[in-house]
Amino acid sequence: MSGPETFRDADLARRLLTGIGRVTTRPWSLMEVCGGQTHSIVRNGLDQLLPEEIRLVHGPGCPVCVTPISMIEAALHIASLPGVVFCTFGDMLRVPATESDLMRKRSEGADVRVVYSPMDALKLAEELPDSEIVFFGVGFETTAPANAMAIETARSRGITNFSVLVSHVLVPPAIAAIASSPTNQIDAFLAAGHVCTVMGTTQYEPLVERFNVPIVVTGFEALDLLEGIRRAVVQLEAGEARVENAYTRMVKPEGNRVARDLLDRVFEPCDRAWRGMGELPASGWRLTETFRDFDAEVRFDVPELNVPESPDCRAGEVLQGIIKPNECPAFGIGCTPRRPLGAPMVSSEGACAAYFRYRPAGVSGG
Amino acid sequence: MVDGWSCPLPLRDHPRVTLAHGGGGLLTSELVDHLFIPAFGGAAAEANGLDSAVLDLGEGRLAFTTDSFVVHPLFFPGGCIGDLAINGTVNDLAMVGAVPLALSTAFVLEEGLDLEVLGLVATAMGHAATIADVELVAGDTKVVELGRADGMYITTSGVGFIPDGVELGPTQVESGDVVIVSGPIGRHGVAVMSLREGLEFETTIESDCAPLAGLVAAMLEVGGVRCLRDATRGGLAGVLYEIATDAGLGVEFDAEVVPVPPQVRGACEMLGLDALHVANEGVLVGVVEADRAEAVLEVMRSRPEGAEASSIGEMVERRPGMVIARTALGSTYVVDRPLGEQLPRIC
Repeated sequence: MSGPETFRDADLARRLLTGIGRVTTRPWSLMEVCGGQTHSIVRNGLDQLLPEEIRLVHGPGCPVCVTPISMIEAALHIASLPGVVFCTFGDMLRVPATESDLMRKRSEGADVRVVYSPMDALKLAEELPDSEIVFFGVGFETTAPANAMAIETARSRGITNFSVLVSHVLVPPAIAAIASSPTNQIDAFLAAGHVCTVMGTTQYEPLVERFNVPIVVTGFEALDLLEGIRRAVVQLEAGEARVENAYTRMVKPEGNRVARDLLDRVFEPCDRAWRGMGELPASGWRLTETFRDFDAEVRFDVPELNVPESPDCRAGEVLQGIIKPNECPAFGIGCTPRRPLGAPMVSSEGACAAYFRYRPAGVSGG
Repeated sequence: MVDGWSCPLPLRDHPRVTLAHGGGGLLTSELVDHLFIPAFGGAAAEANGLDSAVLDLGEGRLAFTTDSFVVHPLFFPGGCIGDLAINGTVNDLAMVGAVPLALSTAFVLEEGLDLEVLGLVATAMGHAATIADVELVAGDTKVVELGRADGMYITTSGVGFIPDGVELGPTQVESGDVVIVSGPIGRHGVAVMSLREGLEFETTIESDCAPLAGLVAAMLEVGGVRCLRDATRGGLAGVLYEIATDAGLGVEFDAEVVPVPPQVRGACEMLGLDALHVANEGVLVGVVEADRAEAVLEVMRSRPEGAEASSIGEMVERRPGMVIARTALGSTYVVDRPLGEQLPRIC
């Protein structure tokens, strides 16, 4: 397979842009679901280059951003327990809960470590048999297989000092929530390519039928995104609504069989609270009964935490595409990447952080 | 680079650092006489055992700087904490146009440290100082209990001579000046990160750790150089923001022109990092008068540490304090200003 440079070619990008311009006759709002896509759009300035009729709305697909405060509080609670080594992806360190964050906990003496994979945390569990190693299992369907694998491996190797704080969320229920909202303004969705690499595309058929919206499975490089946008606009202009795969080099209709079987063994659907969007039915995963003893919430008896969001933070509306980040009164004033109120200002994939970095230039051009 | 080190006789009773090595007694003297001085080699020939180094100064001004080094792990592809401790301070002096003269070296050692490790580090320091043509004239050693430090920490302070007429700094920068990068970025950060617990990955990339004083001297000889910064922590983006802020101007550059080695690009994609934020230890950013830029680049490219020097952009009046990247597609974006160290202790 060719390297990512192939999918950043400037001439091809210009041709795709011309193509999009040719088919666009009316205003359309497209939501890219995944935070990685948002990042790539901003990084490549694609929104500046598109016809002005095309509005890109940044969706709730940043796992850091949608993790509710109560889950961060649970993480802080567990990380503070004696004997616990709390392992997390780096992005989660600075996500604010009510009074603290993991980075501050670390400076206060908690053993919080950044890892790049749950398998690294599992390795740590083998190296430190006298410590309890807890991995913060955040993410969509993309990060779940690695977590499932770590848990199955822990079981098969008899590693008992390893557990996962599971905070998995799923893309289709989020799309359903946005599409069924009375304030919905989204005409088409660009589905997250990597989620579909794992899960396939069939999950999206019922959504297309129910809401009559085009859903185009889209990749992450500039050309992938432009092609996804082009196909969505072509469908919209023709009055069609289909699931279309614009990321065929990675995504098969059935997804990754091995990963899905693994997920079926380790996880089962559950209701999950989303930061800013509230509790969505069957929108997440928890460990099945068989693996429940690897659930950090169970192992450490985490109390039920119901923590209110900051009243000044309108992350929920941002994550649903109802307002743009800079339309939030706190944006850039009470809420900046240095002192974030809400998670979308923390993560590099967060829409608010992307806007904050982008805004002062005044070069939007689109 | 480290050639090797063999433990001299008087130290063999204590193959590891003990608290007594920092006590100021015989063991301390032995460490200085039998480890540091021989390891530093010719670079420490002028060390005289006084409390302060006294340096002759003719015309011109004195530059003075200090830096602490806490890198983990101590050895990484392309160098070790010793190379960093010398080159880091040499480069800080060079960035104000100073010819580095002399460095002091202060060690905080952890009880239990293998003397062989210390010997290898000290030898690397001697080599680096010789290459950078700077003397090691003063030093100090303290030892802390096992568990109170991570092997060793090194602080180096340095003085350098700034010839008359050399005036570098962001206040000298003007709109229209050209922004130059001396070489491929991101190598040091990626080399160190590849060894980090929790994210080990295989790479052939080596740290770019190198002294830049010779390169700077050659650039100054051409003339037209307004401001120099070495792009260490915070990477290229961090330095461009510092220059933009202090100069009260904007920076605009072509993202595609910035030299990023493929291995650095790959590691950054895998780890979700921006190569513009990754630390360097042998790359400088120069702001140069537009009509001298080509001549300066030519001189830089004739030296190994500047072989891939490139002009990447320019200083502009609009959007003071901002760093804007131009993409190959013709769009622009504001470069993310590094907030802090996501991955700690790389220098």
